[in-house]
Amino acid sequence: MIKLEWVLWLVAALFLANAVIRLTDSTDRKHVGGAAFWAVLAFTFAYGGQVKKTGASAFVEGIAVLALAVLAGVGFPGKGTRELVTDDEKVAGARRFGNKLFLPALLIPIIAVIFGSALSKVHIGKQLLLEDSSATIIGLGVASVVALFVAMVLFKVKSPATPFRESDRLLGHIGWAAILPQYLATLGILFTAAGVGKAVGKITGSVLPKHFLLAAVIVYCLGMLVFTVIMGNAFAAFPVMTAAVGWPILVQQYHGHPAPIFAIGMLAGFCGTLITPMAANFNLVPAALLELKDQYGPIKAQLPTAIPLWICNVALMYFLCFSR
Amino acid sequence: MWVLLAVVVVVVGFALKLNSMLVVTAAGIVAGLIAGLSPVAIVEAFGSGFAGSRSVTVFVVVLPVIGLIERHGLQEQARTLIAKLRGLTTGRLLASYLLIRQVTAALGMTSIGGPAQAVRPIVAPMAEAAAEREHGPLTEQMREKTRSYAASADTVGVFFGEDIFVAVGSILLITGFVDATYGLTLDTLQVALWAIPTAICAFLIHGYRMLRFDRQLARMAAAGGAIDGKAALR
Repeated sequence: MIKLEWVLWLVAALFLANAVIRLTDSTDRKHVGGAAFWAVLAFTFAYGGQVKKTGASAFVEGIAVLALAVLAGVGFPGKGTRELVTDDEKVAGARRFGNKLFLPALLIPIIAVIFGSALSKVHIGKQLLLEDSSATIIGLGVASVVALFVAMVLFKVKSPATPFRESDRLLGHIGWAAILPQYLATLGILFTAAGVGKAVGKITGSVLPKHFLLAAVIVYCLGMLVFTVIMGNAFAAFPVMTAAVGWPILVQQYHGHPAPIFAIGMLAGFCGTLITPMAANFNLVPAALLELKDQYGPIKAQLPTAIPLWICNVALMYFLCFSR
Repeated sequence: MWVLLAVVVVVVGFALKLNSMLVVTAAGIVAGLIAGLSPVAIVEAFGSGFAGSRSVTVFVVVLPVIGLIERHGLQEQARTLIAKLRGLTTGRLLASYLLIRQVTAALGMTSIGGPAQAVRPIVAPMAEAAAEREHGPLTEQMREKTRSYAASADTVGVFFGEDIFVAVGSILLITGFVDATYGLTLDTLQVALWAIPTAICAFLIHGYRMLRFDRQLARMAAAGGAIDGKAALR
């Protein structure tokens, strides 16, 4: 069986390569701290699998994870490799290779989709070929390797170090934002353990007026929005708001139809995901990848859509989910 | 109620624009302490939480190949291609991408697109090229806005497309949670079908905003030209 862990090892190797490139880059003032950041990150990816599988010490992993936060807090890593080729060389490349340049880029989604759809159901003997529910991520890993190989042949790239210098350049733009989503996922676990969800549920339960359907719909949808903004994740908001309002009031008291209420409730939460920095992988990481000056640029672009769309969700729930 | 202090840490930290990694770490420690966890248990929670969510960072594996094709002129070629498609303005391009992203996500193909795989190498350069063709060299504000809008087309598309697909995380979470907690037997297909009205609204609202973005760019170009004399002379 092809395991998800193998792809995570690939990620660890990429971070390790990055650490080596930073360490040997004498033009980078922050090269030692930067190399330390990527090396510790590589360690957390490799050792993390041991924590999950064999019960290796989560404490050791935790220390490494906190070390990353400290390194990021004091300004590491710095920028990666500077642009390696001039704009003129790129224009020449575009003229020479033309639309062939799109081939490796398009191979990535095509291969990932083949893995995610067709290959995810293939069995070898009694075992699944790909680890259950990880087919798309495994596909992404395989796709990247295949696309890299194709690109190297297509562009006649001689040095195997070249693509890693290029990934160092891109990772330099992203910096610590690359792992912020993982931190936020961890924060979600701690918030749940601390009972943040229960506290929010209690507050919404106490402010809700009785016998006023529209108000109940608004409170459910608003709770999904606000709680999603706080937690950065509609999945965390859903159980809380559904237990507080969705099930006892909308379904049991007003006899609403469960399937549309829950489907639309979740989508009301998604409107919150559009506008919160806590959903770092959807909002802050793209800003870093696109080298925006304003890290809230994507959120500002999404806010004027999120608000009317949230109102649409309230209206859809109010008009479609209750028999009158 | 004291646990909400941890939420306050997050909100205040982001508002003051402190380093996000430190804000999140501090909030996690506060939450853990309020919950009565020992320092060791808090460190362990960070370790196991981070280890358990490693797959959200897998997108970095595409960076070597994306970097390599950028080096050989991918973004320049994207511009050349756009220059040939005369009627394709920035707004129309982004609205089309929104539609493609929504439809493919609804069919379960969420890996078509994404900020690393599609927006940075292809969608954003094409959107910029289309804007340049209409308005000449872009001001920094126009470039930032164009890139932000390109990212938003991707995010809105995948959010409000994928919920129509039955085997997606949120649908499974809804049915899993509701069935286990309240003893219902919700049909995943039913839940997925009810995501369609919102998906249509999302396309109409965001698509309309993408199309209107052309006029906004024109206004920004005019304002930028007034300040920057050289651009006005062009």
